[in-house]
Amino acid sequence: MKKFIKLPGAGLLLASALATAQTPYTEDSTYQGLGGKEGIKKIVDTFITLVLADPRIKDSFTDFDIPQLNVRLQEQFCEFSGGPCKYTGKYHDKAMDGVGPVRDMKTVHQDLKITNAMFNALTEDLQIAMEQHNVPSRVALKLVAKLAPMQRDIVTQ
Amino acid sequence: MKKWIPALMAACACAGGSASAQDMGKLLATGGVVQVEGAGGGGITPWALITGYGTRDSWGANAHYTYINTQDYKLGSYGVAIGLADRLEVSFANQEFKGSLAPLDKLNIKQDIVGLKLKVLGDAVYEQDSWVPQVAVGVMYKKNKGVRGLEALGVTNVKQLGAKDDHGYDYYVSATKIYLEQSLLLNATLRATRANQMGILGFGGDKNDDTRLMPEFSAAYLITRKVALGAEYRRKPHNLGVDNEKAYYDAFVAWFPTRNVSVTAAYAELGDITIFNPKKQHGLYLSVQAGF
Repeated sequence: MKKFIKLPGAGLLLASALATAQTPYTEDSTYQGLGGKEGIKKIVDTFITLVLADPRIKDSFTDFDIPQLNVRLQEQFCEFSGGPCKYTGKYHDKAMDGVGPVRDMKTVHQDLKITNAMFNALTEDLQIAMEQHNVPSRVALKLVAKLAPMQRDIVTQ
Repeated sequence: MKKWIPALMAACACAGGSASAQDMGKLLATGGVVQVEGAGGGGITPWALITGYGTRDSWGANAHYTYINTQDYKLGSYGVAIGLADRLEVSFANQEFKGSLAPLDKLNIKQDIVGLKLKVLGDAVYEQDSWVPQVAVGVMYKKNKGVRGLEALGVTNVKQLGAKDDHGYDYYVSATKIYLEQSLLLNATLRATRANQMGILGFGGDKNDDTRLMPEFSAAYLITRKVALGAEYRRKPHNLGVDNEKAYYDAFVAWFPTRNVSVTAAYAELGDITIFNPKKQHGLYLSVQAGF
């Protein structure tokens, strides 16, 4: 809370940027809370299973390379949560090294016509996956906090 | 206010017509609950969240019943609230206040409340990389329906208890943010009001007749995806000589088993309601909400 108040200018700047990347946590308590690499792998497996069975969103994933998506999500969750990973997805913009998959996140989702309801359904599936793997709510919400601002790039409808 | 209602109805019909179905698209619990005056919020305070689970592409509506039972009084409230495009909220509520201790055991005061709320900036959920909260402005029109049960004293209207009016407007601005990193929802509301006990004892009075600015605060901790634990504080004016009006407090637990139903239970502290019974009133607050 305190750091939000100290950095109103930075917050507004981020909010107004065309595409915003969240900075990962600098300590690894969230990563540990998710169960480390092993835990994140199990969560992502369950997450993808839930998504592909979710009538609200499953049709958006028909053209996706699911095994690749699985690996990218693991990398991303690991990095955001403060784990020893680098998000190395093909959508990563090397010119923005260290900041994250900025423009590409937007490009990838541009034609998918994702609504807020679909974005939230995806978030809910992730929360349920974390629940199923006994991740405490306070840890789960720390990961969701890093993903929520992607709404600006992902929701195009 | 009367002129607004047809316009609102038209807006409702229009939004309803353009959206094929309610998307119920918000994350669980992020629609909040309905507060005791019918607006989307916590238990006693309106929040900047637009009621229901409709996203900006849709709409949502819900009905609620709230019951507060203190040592000597009971307050019931029921109503409906509609959220349009996650932008505009319209609410209708009826409050019924009853006494249970002689000589006020026949006391019965009813009040109608029409509320309107407009989200003006921010997003409480998505903008986690910014401290900026979701901000909404709102108005409540309240019409006191008169006093029953005090006919023996010749009292049938709140004006006979010292109130200047039996109707009035509350205006408020609310800022709400869910800080996911901390599992915390924070809300601050500033309300301009002349209402005595929310309007149940009328508006303005012998001690003060000016509109006053009153702060209200809520904090809630998200224990799980479906359960929130919180507390609220609402300051109130002191306009009436016969009512040593105090702030309201509550501590609540809200349970969201699905997007269609929520249950809120609270312990509420309402202060003493009249100088003729200086006992501080507190008790159970229970609210059930169903929506689509």
